[in-house]
Amino acid sequence: MKLKTFAMGGVHPPENKLSAGVRIRDLSLPEMVVIPVSQHLGAPSKVIVERGEQVKTGQLIARAEGFVSTNIHASVSGKVTKVDVFPDPSGYRRLAVQIKVEGDEWMETIDRSDTLVEEITLEAEEIRKRIVEAGIVGLGGATFPTHVKLTTPRGKKAEYLVVNGVECEPYLTADHALMMERSEALLAGIRIMMKGLGVEKAILGIENNKPDAIEKMREITRGTGIRVAGLKVKYPQGGEKQLVKAVLNREVPSGGLPIDVGVVVFNVGTVHAAYEAVQKNRPLIDRVVTITGKSLARPSNFRVRIGTPVAHLIEETGGLPEDTAKVINGGPMMGKALSTLDVPVVKGTSGIVLIRDGEARRNVVIQCIRCGKCMQVCPMGLEPYLLMNLSEKEMFERMESERVLDCIECGSCSYTCPSSRPLLDYIRLGKAEVNKIVRSRKAV
Amino acid sequence: MNQIIIITIITLVGIGTAAAVILYFVAQRFKVYEDPRIDEVEEALPGANCGGCGFAGCRAFAEALVKNELWDNLYCPVGGNENMARVAAILGREAVEQAPQVAVVRCHGTPGFRARTTEYDGAPTCAIAHQLYAGEGGCPHGCLGLGDCVESCDFDAIHMNPETGLPEVMDDKCTACGACVDACPRDIIELRKKNKKDRKIFVCCINEEKGAVAIKNCKVACIGCSKCFNVCPFEAITMNNNLAYIDPVKCKLCRKCVEVCPTNCIHEINFPPRKTEKAETVEEENK
Repeated sequence: MKLKTFAMGGVHPPENKLSAGVRIRDLSLPEMVVIPVSQHLGAPSKVIVERGEQVKTGQLIARAEGFVSTNIHASVSGKVTKVDVFPDPSGYRRLAVQIKVEGDEWMETIDRSDTLVEEITLEAEEIRKRIVEAGIVGLGGATFPTHVKLTTPRGKKAEYLVVNGVECEPYLTADHALMMERSEALLAGIRIMMKGLGVEKAILGIENNKPDAIEKMREITRGTGIRVAGLKVKYPQGGEKQLVKAVLNREVPSGGLPIDVGVVVFNVGTVHAAYEAVQKNRPLIDRVVTITGKSLARPSNFRVRIGTPVAHLIEETGGLPEDTAKVINGGPMMGKALSTLDVPVVKGTSGIVLIRDGEARRNVVIQCIRCGKCMQVCPMGLEPYLLMNLSEKEMFERMESERVLDCIECGSCSYTCPSSRPLLDYIRLGKAEVNKIVRSRKAV
Repeated sequence: MNQIIIITIITLVGIGTAAAVILYFVAQRFKVYEDPRIDEVEEALPGANCGGCGFAGCRAFAEALVKNELWDNLYCPVGGNENMARVAAILGREAVEQAPQVAVVRCHGTPGFRARTTEYDGAPTCAIAHQLYAGEGGCPHGCLGLGDCVESCDFDAIHMNPETGLPEVMDDKCTACGACVDACPRDIIELRKKNKKDRKIFVCCINEEKGAVAIKNCKVACIGCSKCFNVCPFEAITMNNNLAYIDPVKCKLCRKCVEVCPTNCIHEINFPPRKTEKAETVEEENK
């Protein structure tokens, strides 16, 4: 059988899945955690604890402000030492809550046992409410609040649930590990999401560089009506529009969302978190993080409490290797380099990748040779070389008509450019400017 | 043979006359009246097309000058008062005067004061670096040193100093067009009133973080201690968000604030060296 994939563009970066097959371990608790109030797309949450207050693990510490926002919970028990600004992964300082860890006392309402609760007793409305309360966001990296996606806009109907187990980023293995070790919980999570959305059909997309995961998920989903689709390896298959095209052959219109073609996409991490929220009443206080690098002593998959400093994570895997030149938050394709190791793991941190000196630097930029490779690999059918030129010349209106807002920032263009031009950097700049223009137009 | 030539000439003259007549009527019918003064005014303007006036070029500015009754918001910083007076004379109006200004870079985070903790390897423009992260020195307000302001200057008046990694403005070349002010993604550059002998006193920092945080990244950051605010006899200094600001209009250049600043982030430029007590006594003795 021919494996499916998306139609347009794509690249094949070396996979380097060093931590594949490493079992997920709970990371030891750090001395201090720093929990930012803005870990998701949308409005920052409002802090409801004060300095000096004792909090328990799972206690609500910041409430959602508005619909597109999420609740944030204490990931450890202890004393709130500061509500102040702390550097976030980009080095800019933003509001966060610092908690000094004292023991590990959980909220009584949380079911911490390992028993699998398969039976779904709640109605769709209650499922959504639980997910709002638990502060669940998209764990694939974009951190879009999950309850917003679960609420189908008026006039549209969800037909399919697509679960994203693609993990197309090189190095990362967190989703893979989750599918291998928590398959039953994941299955229950998929059923919860199906009920929450009111859909009958679900598809789990997995790239075929994880044959063990495909096999395992096929086995346990047999007879449930949930289909597991093995997909041909190609980056960026984990982009939701690409995934929808690959598994259902439906094209999301320009400027639209998968719901426009009757599909809602969730990452496997999100689905797993939803299972724990709905069945175990456990808010999103930790996530699976891959920590990897070619020189690292023990590349691992850890279950990490939100707010744990990245430095603590590296310490636990054998310390920072001498030849580390870059520490990337996320995968090497879409992640961002950290400017300090004192930043916390947040809900969107899917991995920490340590890059060695020889591989960290960018090549020397030379002029565009008009080879058109960037157009060939763009999964959205854009013209990256043109967008970069327009961005440099500040022709933002033209950029808008060239559909820059469709760019998913996958970086395939920059990756493939033989002249090593910083295409995505400029496109991202232009995209931000165009977004500003669009917003000001809406305001008028 | 002769006949051919004659016929050709007659035909061509005929076509020419007919075309001339048509063109004459068309020109009458579709005539666009343009105030001849616009050309005169444009001629009088500097012709740099820098956009410092806020218009799309000198021509557009000239049109606005001729058309608008009120000149409150119309001013060419490049030409200055002299130039505006000349334009006013052409139009028979009264010129609006503005105090001449000069661009000032309000960051002094040289490598010595602001240690580089990271290395930036991306696209070499400040706009992109600003979007990505706080900068090599870690100060989220400080100069990124990639030279967007240098690029934007039409007058060759701002240059990077390779030693400090900061831009420097050449006061005699700067026309206060404001291009660098717009180009800087961090709003570090400010247009300030030009004083006699290009003397300047300003807070050379725009960091609004709390003092303890600001000083961690940069030894010459404003820590918002308010000492300058308290010492200023002219109420020219305001404190906002942990940052002091000296109003260039109210400031009388007394230099009292410079002395009290604990982090030396208030700069005095082009002043004669300060008389120390010892120097004064020596001078008196000499008399």
